[in-house]
Amino acid sequence: MPEAVLHEHHHPPALAHHFENLEEQHTAATLGMWVFLVTEVLFFGGLFMAYTLYRHWYPAAFMASSHELDITLGATNTAVLIVSSLTMALAVHAAQEGERGKIMFFLVVTMILGLAFLGIKSVEYMDKFEHHHVPGASFHFDDPALQQPAQIFFSLYFVMTGLHALHMIVGLGLMTWMFIWTKNGTITKDYSSPIEISGLYWHFVDIVWIFLFPLLYLLGRHI
Amino acid sequence: MSSSTELKLPPNNYLHDGYGWKSWLLTRDHKRIALLYLAAITFFFIIGGAFAVGIRLDLATPAGDMVTDDTYNKLFTMHGVMMVFFFLIPAVPATLGNFLLPLMIGAKDLAFPKINLASWYIYMIGSLFTLYAIIAGGLDTGWTFYTPFSTAASTSAVLPAGLGIFINGFSSILTGLNFIVTIHRMRAPGMTWFRLPLFIWAHYATSIIMILGTPVVAVTLVMVVAERAFHFGIFDPAVGGDPVLFQHLFWFYSHPAVYIMVLPSMGIISELIAAFCRKQIFGYTFVAFSSLGIAVLGFLVWGHHMFVAGESVYAALVFSLISFFVAIPSAVKVFNWTATMYKGSVEWATPMLYAIGFIGLFTIGGLTGLFLASIGIDVHVTDTYFVVAHFHYVMVGGTIMAYLGGLHYWWPKISGRMYPERLAKIAAVIVFVGFNLTFFPQFILGYLGMPRRYHAYPPEFQLLNVLSSAGASILAIGYLLPMFYFAWSLRYGPIAGSNPWGAVGLEWNTTSPPPTLNFEETPVVTWDAYEYPTPVEGHVA
Amino acid sequence: MSATHIVPKKIYFAVFAALMVFTAITVAVSFVDLGPLNTVVALGIAITKATLVVLYFMHVKYSPRLTKLVVLSSLFWLVILLVMTMGDYVTRDWRTYGMNQPHSAPYGIERTIAETVNL
Repeated sequence: MPEAVLHEHHHPPALAHHFENLEEQHTAATLGMWVFLVTEVLFFGGLFMAYTLYRHWYPAAFMASSHELDITLGATNTAVLIVSSLTMALAVHAAQEGERGKIMFFLVVTMILGLAFLGIKSVEYMDKFEHHHVPGASFHFDDPALQQPAQIFFSLYFVMTGLHALHMIVGLGLMTWMFIWTKNGTITKDYSSPIEISGLYWHFVDIVWIFLFPLLYLLGRHI
Repeated sequence: MSSSTELKLPPNNYLHDGYGWKSWLLTRDHKRIALLYLAAITFFFIIGGAFAVGIRLDLATPAGDMVTDDTYNKLFTMHGVMMVFFFLIPAVPATLGNFLLPLMIGAKDLAFPKINLASWYIYMIGSLFTLYAIIAGGLDTGWTFYTPFSTAASTSAVLPAGLGIFINGFSSILTGLNFIVTIHRMRAPGMTWFRLPLFIWAHYATSIIMILGTPVVAVTLVMVVAERAFHFGIFDPAVGGDPVLFQHLFWFYSHPAVYIMVLPSMGIISELIAAFCRKQIFGYTFVAFSSLGIAVLGFLVWGHHMFVAGESVYAALVFSLISFFVAIPSAVKVFNWTATMYKGSVEWATPMLYAIGFIGLFTIGGLTGLFLASIGIDVHVTDTYFVVAHFHYVMVGGTIMAYLGGLHYWWPKISGRMYPERLAKIAAVIVFVGFNLTFFPQFILGYLGMPRRYHAYPPEFQLLNVLSSAGASILAIGYLLPMFYFAWSLRYGPIAGSNPWGAVGLEWNTTSPPPTLNFEETPVVTWDAYEYPTPVEGHVA
Repeated sequence: MSATHIVPKKIYFAVFAALMVFTAITVAVSFVDLGPLNTVVALGIAITKATLVVLYFMHVKYSPRLTKLVVLSSLFWLVILLVMTMGDYVTRDWRTYGMNQPHSAPYGIERTIAETVNL
């Protein structure tokens, strides 16, 4: 027994064999997630580039198309995501304090909000199908002069929000994983970095939406 | 070369740490993952090479008698896709980089061993999609996937190939991520940034490109797939989209990707030159920063691929000017390598032959890049064999020469055994001769106006094309020889000992092959990189 | 863990309140026609919101210099992508030395739109 305790002391169970100590492991994990988020910025950057060009070329079509999106659902979803970012931040806080019950509570709330976002999003997608706003052969736009560039707007709308939704789904997977790790005791006050870096990811997905919302929904509101 | 008195390989080396297939396919040891990558990229090199054989055979006659024009399109496309995405990009970083990076900085492993293994699996899954594309009739868009041909016109397997390359991109991103975190966080005590081997600096710069560039091409391929599969309109001129936007996004990654391919090779050359000249690299700091300089400048020049694609003349001027600037850090490296050789005690071992070959061929490849960066000349030689020759001098004369040199240099560390030196020297000479015979005539062909990607050509070009095809067969022998003698040496090669070259560097301070955790105890570094004893006065090789 | 700085909860709540207020403002402003200023305001508010999330929710304010550098480098490269690509598109209409063809919409899109209108 004393030997096991000694071992525990020198080599915490969460410490991987190739790190010197938990702090080195923690900073490596955090840096790794940040580097990954750099990748994500450039991933969405390609889409923002395409958006910038076509909005520059077809301002009228982009405003008219934007006007077709549902601002109420869009604004609600923005609020939902901001609340989920808060609950995620609180989950990270709880993890740093080592309060297991609170971590699990806030993770579940975050997941419910994430699911709510995806639910509202799918209602919007259904609406687009009904109004023939899905790009392709059946695409129809009320103003025939804008029919073609409006299709570019909706193509970008679906690719951008679709990839964002995909990131939300990955985030929900991460939350589930973290919930299990918290429940089975892997997450401790000394080993909270998995929750922290999952939080970084979730906040990043929120930031993407912070830009998608005005660019897609608000642009043509005043016409 | 110091002859070793050890007769056996060290019993606790990483190759003896488990023998079953599970011990390889589930390993988290960066050295074993490097070997998994080595096996995989060798396989794809052979496939890509087979397509090249088809191309050169077809071009032996002006009429292109061997295959139809459609098949020819598929041959050069699949050659490019295989070689660029599945061989050149992972060639050095995922094999030698993976193997050596932790060893050189005194770490037990990369920062994220599971992610490292995952990156190999992602690479293999991506390759399966691409192999499926070959079996399902091939791909004929060229490796660049230019729209609208790839989205609207091509009837070949664009979707599986594009998906395969999309997936493969994540393996590259994860490797780069792992390297960056490892270099920042896992250096041994005393291993400061300016004591790092230049190989590490080169890999750091490469990793920056991998994480910043790859996601852009990934999302671009998503858009291409959406356009082809679901008839979205993003690059489609029929709805007012711009195919040139695809080229912007594609080359934002794919031009820096050229530096993903060649920067790690430059890192190898720095190691080889120092080791075989027994000298500190001349201007170490300049060489280190020139890697970062190439990585940053490399992101500012992509527009030089689009001079004739409808790009604005003003943008073209800026891209052209910055392209010339890339010559500065490249020349810093070449001058510093040659300055290191000056009055060094040069040992003409096989890796050194490859290193010297690299310097010459890379210089030709780089200087012809300047021809192409100047708009006036580029308009004349765009899409001719001049371009083909230029990038093969960089990719094959540069990257593959350095890759082979590095493989010979570190083979004793990887396998614990020496390769047959005399045979290896012969192979190095064959590679050099075959390479030049293959690609130098293509400069002339291009200058005379033979377009690339055509399967037939006017009869007056036949002589140069036959020379090129003959050179390709010599080159093939040069590439096959090492495959055989490396395999031979695994069993019959003499035991190398921990430091057969008498080189400095942490990787030579452990046994060959190293133990699973690399070092018996964490090394403490108190010396600079390449601290070779000062040569005796008057002793000049 | 010494590397971790625990952010007080009240900062989280304050940032959350600011984010909600900014969302309300940006929605309200979007109904008013400000001309090109609509875009400036919307993007300005989005950048402010994103900065708040990065600094406080993502702890960058309390993070080592390296993290800040990583964040800034991602923005720097995003700017390279946007500026150098748009640099091509906005200069296509400039003087083209006798070949003065409009490039603002490529491949005859104006004509196609005109045809659609005539139908």
